[in-house]
This record gives sequence, C-alpha cells and structure tokens, in this order.
Amino acid sequence: MRTLRFLLKKEFRQIFRDKAIVALIFFMPCIQLIVMPLAADYEVRNVNLAVVDHDKSPYSQKLISKVIASGYFRLQGYNSSFHEAFKLIESDKTDLILEIPQGFERNLIREDKQRLFVAVNAINGTKANLGGSYLSSIIGAFNADMRMQLVQQPRYSQFPVIDIVASNWFNPVLNYKVFIVPGILAILVTMVGGFLSALNIVKEKEIGTIEQINVTPIKKHIFILGKLIPFWVLAIIIFTIGLILARVIYGIAPVGSLLTLYLFIAVYLLTVLGFGLLVSTLCDTQQQAMFIMFFFMMVFILLGGLFTSIDSMPDWAKFITRFNPVRYMIEVMRMIILKGSGLKDVLPHLAAVSAMAVVLNGWAILNYKKTN
Amino acid sequence: MAQGEKVIVCDKLTKRFGDFIATNEITFEVNKGEIFGFLGANGAGKTTAMRMLCGLSTPSSGKASIAGFDVYTQTEQIKRNIGYMSQKFSLYENLTVKENIEFFGGIYGLTDQQIETKTEELLNRLGLKSEAKKLVGSLPLGWKQKLSFSVAILHEPKIVFLDEPTGGVDPVTRRQFWDLIYEAAERGITIFVTTHYMDEAEYCNRISIMVDGRIEVLDSPTNLKRSFGVSSMDEVFYQLARSAKRGD
Ligand SMILES: Nc1ncnc2c1ncn2[C@@H]1O[C@H](COP(=O)(O)OP(=O)(O)OP(=O)(O)O)[C@@H](O)[C@H]1O
Ligand SMILES: [Mg+2]
Repeated sequence: MRTLRFLLKKEFRQIFRDKAIVALIFFMPCIQLIVMPLAADYEVRNVNLAVVDHDKSPYSQKLISKVIASGYFRLQGYNSSFHEAFKLIESDKTDLILEIPQGFERNLIREDKQRLFVAVNAINGTKANLGGSYLSSIIGAFNADMRMQLVQQPRYSQFPVIDIVASNWFNPVLNYKVFIVPGILAILVTMVGGFLSALNIVKEKEIGTIEQINVTPIKKHIFILGKLIPFWVLAIIIFTIGLILARVIYGIAPVGSLLTLYLFIAVYLLTVLGFGLLVSTLCDTQQQAMFIMFFFMMVFILLGGLFTSIDSMPDWAKFITRFNPVRYMIEVMRMIILKGSGLKDVLPHLAAVSAMAVVLNGWAILNYKKTN
Repeated sequence: MAQGEKVIVCDKLTKRFGDFIATNEITFEVNKGEIFGFLGANGAGKTTAMRMLCGLSTPSSGKASIAGFDVYTQTEQIKRNIGYMSQKFSLYENLTVKENIEFFGGIYGLTDQQIETKTEELLNRLGLKSEAKKLVGSLPLGWKQKLSFSVAILHEPKIVFLDEPTGGVDPVTRRQFWDLIYEAAERGITIFVTTHYMDEAEYCNRISIMVDGRIEVLDSPTNLKRSFGVSSMDEVFYQLARSAKRGD
C-alpha cells in the first residue's frame, strides 16, 4: 500500500507536468461537448416543401401557415398540380410535397375526416423522412386545434380526428441535444480514459523506464492499480466537468440520482481503463496501442447505440453489443439522466460492466510480465 | 576481500531467441564484495546474460542463483537483493532528481525518514544539491549516469548490476563514476559491471570476456595479460574479439 502511494504520486506528477496532456484532457471534452451536439444534430431544419393546394380555403391556408411557422420548412412555392410539384422533387429542388385535396375544409367540418397527401423525396432520406414526420406532427396538432374549435359546436365528434404525434416521453420537446449530449459525454470519458491508459504502460516500455520498475520487487497488481487510479480520477473529473457543462449549456440535469450515476461511472471506468491497460500490456509500441484502440473504439462507438439505435441492428450486431461496455454506458446515461431510472433499473447494466471490469483488469495483471 | 561466499553462481546459463543463441552455456561465480567485469564485443550477449541474472528474463536452460535465490522461481526475492542500472538510461526524465530518488526509494520500501536522509546524502555526494529540483531530462549524461547508479544502490542491495554505466561520457566523469563504484564496493556491495573501456577493465578484481555468447576467458586482469603475453587489456580483448563473428 505504501508502494501504491509512491506510484500514484509519480503518476500524477507526470500527468500534470505534461501541459499538452492537461490541456487535451480538459479542453477537449469542453470543446467537444460544445461543438459535437451542434453538428451531430438530428434535428432537421430547412426542409424544402412544395405545396399543392387544391382547396384554397381558409382552413387550408391556416394549415399551410402553421406548417411554415414551425420553422422546419422552407416553402418552395405553390404548385397548381401534383405533377408540377413532382418535377421539383425530380430536380431535387424540394424534399416534400404536401397536397391538400379539394374539399379539405368542407370534409373536415362535415365528416371530421380528411386525407392529406404527403410525398417524400427519398434521395436525402433522413431529411425528408424527418421532415415528413414533422409535417405529420404539425398536421396532427392542427387537427387538435381544429377539434378544439369545433367541439364548441356540440354536433361534432369529441374524439381527436387523427393523432400522428408520437409521444416523446422523456424528451418531450423532441430536442435531439437532450438525447445526444449524455451519449457524447459517455463517449468522451471512454475515449480519454481508454486512450490515456492504453498509451501509458506501453510508453514506459518504449522509453525503457519499465525495465527499472520491473527490476524492483513491486507487486504486479499494485503496479496496475498505480496506473488505474490516476486515470480513473482524471476521467471522473472530466465526467463531472461534462455534467456541469451539460447543465449550463443545454440545461440537462440528471433526473435520476447522481449517486447512482457516479456509482455506475465508477465501475464503468474500471472496465474502460482495464481494457486500455490490457492493450498497453499487449503492445510494444505506442503506435500499435493506438491502432488497436482506434479499432476497438470505432466498433464500440458504432455499436454503442449513440448514432444508431441498437433495436434496429441485425441480430448478430445486437449480440456483439452485449460485450460492448460503451453500449451499457450510453444506455445508463440516458436512463438516469433523461428518464430518472434508479439503481434497480440499471442493475443489469452494472452487473455486465462489473464482470467486464473484473475480467479485463485481471487479464491486464496476468498479462503484465515483470520477467519475460 | 571476503572469499568463499558466492553471491552469483551461474551454471551453463543459456538464452535462446528462436534458433539464435544469445547467451551460450555461461558458467562462472562471483564472490561477495568483488568487482566483476563482464566484457565482450557488441552483441556478445552481455545484456542478455545480465537480464537473466536480474530476474528480468527467464533463461532457456542452465542454472543460476543470485544471493542464494533461483533465477527461475525466486525472481522477486532476487529483485529485493539487487540493484540494476540498465544500458539505456531509465530514470524518469520528466521527474526531478529529487522525485526520482523519492519514487525509487519508496518502491524499494524505504521509510520517509530514510528517503529524506538518503536524498540528502546522495545530493551532497554527487554535488547535485542545486539540481535537486531540475528535471532529470535536463541533466548532462554524466550526471544522469551517476544519479542512476546512486538510485540503483539506494536500498543497499547485496549486488548491483551495471550495464555499460559509463557509455558515452568523458574520462574525467568516468573516473568519478568509478570512485562511486569503489565506495559502494567498500560498503560490501558486489559489483557486476559491463564495459567497453579497457582502462575500466583494469579496475576490476576479475573479468570475464564473452565472445559470441560464450565466456572465453575469466581471470584477474594481471593474470590475463600474463597468459596472453601482452602488456595491456586492450590487446587481450583484441586477440579474443578478433575471432568473433557477431558484432555491429
Ligand atoms: N529479444 C531479443 N530477440 C532476439 N534477439 C535478441 C534479443 N535480445 C538480444 N538479442 C540478440 O542477442 C545478441 C546479444 O545481445 P546483447 O544485447 O545481449 O549483446 P551485448 O553484449 O549486450 O551487446 P552490446 O555491447 O551492444 O550491448 C544480439 O545479437 C542481439 O541482437
Ligand atoms: Mg548490452
């Protein structure tokens, strides 16, 4: 234990002496957390919209102005026929066509039911699809409004006509930043912790200082602990900075318990750092370690459920994600921060990362050889 | 010199890297308190042999015991009883002189009190007092090596292994370095040292000369010169090394 004290002292001294590393450790998260959510924004604006209004009634006018007022759409113009509008889609000038049939107003009032036609340009799939669903929600809202006005006249139905709006329970305003920020924070601590730990032991191998350590009677697990703890502390600090930034910039405060969140992070970081240290013991050069970490980080992040939902992955990919610590981290971040899940809800996740932490760190200790 | 007690006993110790035999059945003994010179041309296998003796590398075959401990099974006990200064400078360049001393002292289990007095002594002895708070990386090579040696014997080991401790430094600094070696030897620390400088070979009690992984001769410098019928160690070395096939 006394040995550990000296190891930690040395490690912290070295980390904080390297100004570039300190800057990287603290500024990178800040900048990424500020820039990334803006760039990795699923919210689609400026969807080009062509309108074919056959009805030309006050109601159809109302609907159109409501759509435009939402701010998501850019009106490309009114077209007299669908055919004409479709040409715009063909020449990629518009993403969506909203066709309002003749008798829209009349039918809505009388029959309480009306079909609208929405055509989507599938070339820019994401944009058009999201635009399409925004449009649906707006029309849905429009419907609800109409209903409110109409129910005052009792002969009309009490029920909403259509309700296309999906309920975004834990993210009520459909703000993608709320969704993406906890995920980015998860990936940040993973990257920083993973890379720092992966490069550390191997760096000592490269410059030869490990030889001077290996010739001392130091215990292997103490040595690994001496490498683990400093990066663990560092990652916790970065995570805390990230949480504060999320709060200050995006107004995202964990709904669930901070204690549970930190408990999970604490264990999760052991997994990530254990993995990094294992890589570090397996490699001879920092270059090798870097490549291996890049490979795994890519896989972990792509299969982590940040950018693509795990539910929509093929079965084999879903199976792989079970061994992906990042996946658990992102899930738990969203669960605790957005949903307010408690310890009981994240227990399976905690169990999974704990098991991985034990395996990876045990492996790293075994694989660190003082004699070869 | 206390004859009798053997601190290094080596019997047909061999290290193979694939088909290549880096150290080939070397057999020798080193007495307690001795300054033992371990000579050989580049690539002869000195570092390989020394790493086995330090418990850093497992031998392919043969036997060896260091301070009574087996090189296969008791490497950690060996490590408690030896100091090692590797061929490549391996203190932390981004730590200060003082921090390095503190760190290695701590790792070897010295108490805070011991670390403090040792640091004081060492800085005084090396004349590094004003450099104590400088990063080791900024020191000249000669000072680095003296520091490295002092750190290697901080915990008063029974044996210290020095792998080309004076490589690349000027003659004056080398003399100062050897003064340190003599002081350590006087305190009873056995010195096992490799060198390419034949004047340094003369300072040793006994030397062995390795050629292509084997120990060709082992005796005191005086006896070696006599048996080769030459006047300097240079010539002894030259005659032996000429037959070597390895080297770079
Ligand atoms: N890990 C290794 N794998 C393969 N060959 C090795 C390894 N380590 C050393 N060798 C080879 O073993 C031979 C002896 O190397 P060693 O470093 O022991 O020589 P040396 O006597 O210390 O030389 P020098 O005076 O240059 O330090 C060399 O030919 C070297 O290339
Ligand atoms: Mg060598």
